[in-house]
Amino acid sequence: MEFFRINKDIPFMRHALKFNIISLVTFLLAVVFLFSKGLHLSVEFTGGTLIEVAYQETADLEKIRGSLGKAGFSDYSVQNFGSSKDVMIRLPLKSDQQSAQLGESVMKSLHAEAPGAELRRVEFVGPQVGKELAENGAMALLLVVIGIVIYLAFRFEWRFSVSAIIANLHDVIIILGFFAFFQWEFSLSVLAAVLAVLGYSVNESVVVFDRVRETFKKVRGLTTPEVLDHAITSTISRTIITHGSTQLMVLSMLIFGGETLYYFSLALTIGICFGIYSSVLVASPLVMWLGVSREQFITKTKVIEGANEDGAVV
Amino acid sequence: MNRYPLWKYITVAIALVLGFVYTLPNFFGESPAVQVSSAKATIKVDEKAKNRVEETLKAAGITHDGIQLDFNGVKTRLKDTDTQLKAKDVLEKAFNPDAGDPQYVVALNLLTASPQWLTSLHALPMYLGLDLRGGVHFLLQVDMKGAITKKLDSTSADLRTVMRDKNLRHSGVGREGDRLVVRFRDTETRDKARNAIADSQPDLVIVDQGEGSDLKLVATLKPQAQLKIGEFALKQNITTLHNRINELGVAEPVIQQQGTDRIVVQLPGVQDTAKAKDILGRTATLEIRMVDDSPGALEAAMAGNAPFGTEVYNERGGQPLLVKKQVVLTGDRLTDAQPGFDNQTNEAAVHLTLDSAGARIFKDITRESIGKRMAILLIEKGKGEVVTAPVIRSEIAGGRVQISGRMSTMEANDTALLLRAGSLAAPMDIIEERTIGPSLGADNIKKGFHSTMWGFAAIAVFMIIYYQMFGVVSVLALASNLLLLVAILSLLQATLTLPGIAAIALTLGMAIDANVLINERIREELRNGMPPQGAISEGYERAFGTILDSNITTLIAGLALLIFGSGPIRGFAVVHCLGILTSIFSSVVVSRALVNLIYGRQKKLTKVAIGQIWKPTVTVNGQK
Repeated sequence: MEFFRINKDIPFMRHALKFNIISLVTFLLAVVFLFSKGLHLSVEFTGGTLIEVAYQETADLEKIRGSLGKAGFSDYSVQNFGSSKDVMIRLPLKSDQQSAQLGESVMKSLHAEAPGAELRRVEFVGPQVGKELAENGAMALLLVVIGIVIYLAFRFEWRFSVSAIIANLHDVIIILGFFAFFQWEFSLSVLAAVLAVLGYSVNESVVVFDRVRETFKKVRGLTTPEVLDHAITSTISRTIITHGSTQLMVLSMLIFGGETLYYFSLALTIGICFGIYSSVLVASPLVMWLGVSREQFITKTKVIEGANEDGAVV
Repeated sequence: MNRYPLWKYITVAIALVLGFVYTLPNFFGESPAVQVSSAKATIKVDEKAKNRVEETLKAAGITHDGIQLDFNGVKTRLKDTDTQLKAKDVLEKAFNPDAGDPQYVVALNLLTASPQWLTSLHALPMYLGLDLRGGVHFLLQVDMKGAITKKLDSTSADLRTVMRDKNLRHSGVGREGDRLVVRFRDTETRDKARNAIADSQPDLVIVDQGEGSDLKLVATLKPQAQLKIGEFALKQNITTLHNRINELGVAEPVIQQQGTDRIVVQLPGVQDTAKAKDILGRTATLEIRMVDDSPGALEAAMAGNAPFGTEVYNERGGQPLLVKKQVVLTGDRLTDAQPGFDNQTNEAAVHLTLDSAGARIFKDITRESIGKRMAILLIEKGKGEVVTAPVIRSEIAGGRVQISGRMSTMEANDTALLLRAGSLAAPMDIIEERTIGPSLGADNIKKGFHSTMWGFAAIAVFMIIYYQMFGVVSVLALASNLLLLVAILSLLQATLTLPGIAAIALTLGMAIDANVLINERIREELRNGMPPQGAISEGYERAFGTILDSNITTLIAGLALLIFGSGPIRGFAVVHCLGILTSIFSSVVVSRALVNLIYGRQKKLTKVAIGQIWKPTVTVNGQK
């Protein structure tokens, strides 16, 4: 079986402008949503209390809301979670309440008004923790970006590292844009997924760039766009199959992983789909516009040759 | 050409065998057990306790599947949960005859059911996080400012004492924020006072301020001293928490320092958060009262008619003691208790420090009661115990009290600990709480397991159809990756959480990339007309650099998560990073070993099963 039967190099670079306009538009849309709607941050970031209860039968949300209202809570949200039997109650942080005791008082009022609830999970996060998590998340993102830029600049050339990181950061913004637009819950595990997918998509650019370098070195008389076209075409089969396999795993998590892993795998899915697109079709035109050319590689390769005789390519 | 030297095959084989051995315990599940551990710092659980457990069970006619002693206590493995409950009751009765005053913690626990030889190899099942087994997690913030304020308050009392002793007239000592201010009327006294204070309080930085008749000395704590107070407060709070959590009967509580001012408390299996919180937040109180040693009074009290205004308490050794109801001093007045030695006799002693008000009261009471005994009581949950009852030999002024005589160093240590354990060094707040019900934990394991299993199956089916024999090799390599990863996680006893399981799944999904790279490269070489053996060798060779590059970029992301992540993210990052390392080994070395075994020996290999190789009809841009 062979899925990809490509006779000629596909002239991707002829459409380079179109690709970049498409990504610019999606990117801008994502930014607009991020600013207009904002992320629906989970309790981990905002602080507050989250209580998950399970009923034997379909839960009566109105009754639960009523019981909370009677008990004197305000600004609570009561939602079904996963199934109609599972209920998620969220309470915001209140400075005047002994927040750590909220879990018990909620359960008490539930037992009084809407009995039969089994406590599945309580999560309370104080304000200082949430702020720290947000800061640490930003630091982690920064470290990933710097680390990857340095590594790629060292391994290839600054043009490659800059375009790879721009392409992949634009993925990150697009994932965040999706989360803002649909108001999906952005939790710590989603953040982990975003960063993992950032590292993963950069692979994609690495594989293509490896090919670009190899082609520049081996084949004479090709224009830069032709070299890029050839590199993308000859790796496209591997790109699609690899991402397909990873997506199979992620799909399995999406289906079987339950509510906890749902948004995690959703973020990965978006990341993988846009990762293919951006790391190949956004990063390569960027490299072209940053002015990569054969000469840089010939002079470069002479230096590199000794240290790395093969140039490691696929 | 595609042959590995023998040592490489042996390395791969050893890695896989070790992987298998250390993965094995995860399949045996767990068997019910009862754990007996010490509830008090003064009680050690040792070989003797183990024998006692054995005899108790024998006497009750309960058969067990082995008793082991480790740093957690004595663990007895039992056949089923019914026997487990029965054994727990029997042991509880035997070890804690007085239910109101437990000496030991008797708790239900689960032990791995893997055979003894595996356990002796330190092959244990993966350590499951709270989200997989249920329980309570608290993050407590220690109020360091509170600890320092407390210290400053007691220091200000010391300053007053110092100046009174030296007959230095001051017009007030007080704490203003985190500074101590002493006021004077003339410079001469101030200079003398400065010297006296500097001599007695090396932890203070003293600065002159004010002029005319309003002269001041402003003292602040040195930064090192502040750090030391913080460290001490944290350590003491952890000790106090240990003592309290012992009462909950939790088999494997985790109480750890996190950062400079936080404490993590994890109580697996505990569902009653209300009680847990009550116990964590409770302060035991310390009371000093006088002992009624009048002849016959104790006997009368034991017979049921205690003299008016007295009550009976037990000493730690078990002897009853008649104590007056009137409280002389409470633990609030005690600022510190440290084990040490008597200056003159070199006997083991406990040094207590009282604050200024406490010191004054103590001075008065000791002056009036020379020759009498005083009792120091630790009162928890409304139940008191006499920690020690020393005889007053002389008037004690200055708030520094030494308890000595008939004490071993060990006992002095324990007494100091008990006295300190009475109260928290600094107030604590719960800043994060997570409770996970046991059913949710089991659900999470199931969900994580199913995701990984079905994802793996889907990838396996696709790879085998698409790449045939090389697909089989890739799947075997991926399976060995999973095996090694689980083995390493078990070996390191890293905490496995649901995000950790997700990381296992994701790592497998990403790891297949390496084999796809190799297989595609081999196909390409074949397409370009290379003979099979050469194509295999070239394919592996050339793919390696790319595999390394791409894994390193992924690893950079993983490490960033590891450094900055906390809680669920850390669980994810640990597994992710380890998975990347194992995947390089398995997808390159293990799969190559397999391919070499299959094809390497065939000299005239004309065809390899890597799926259909489609050849383009037109050459591209004049390339070969």
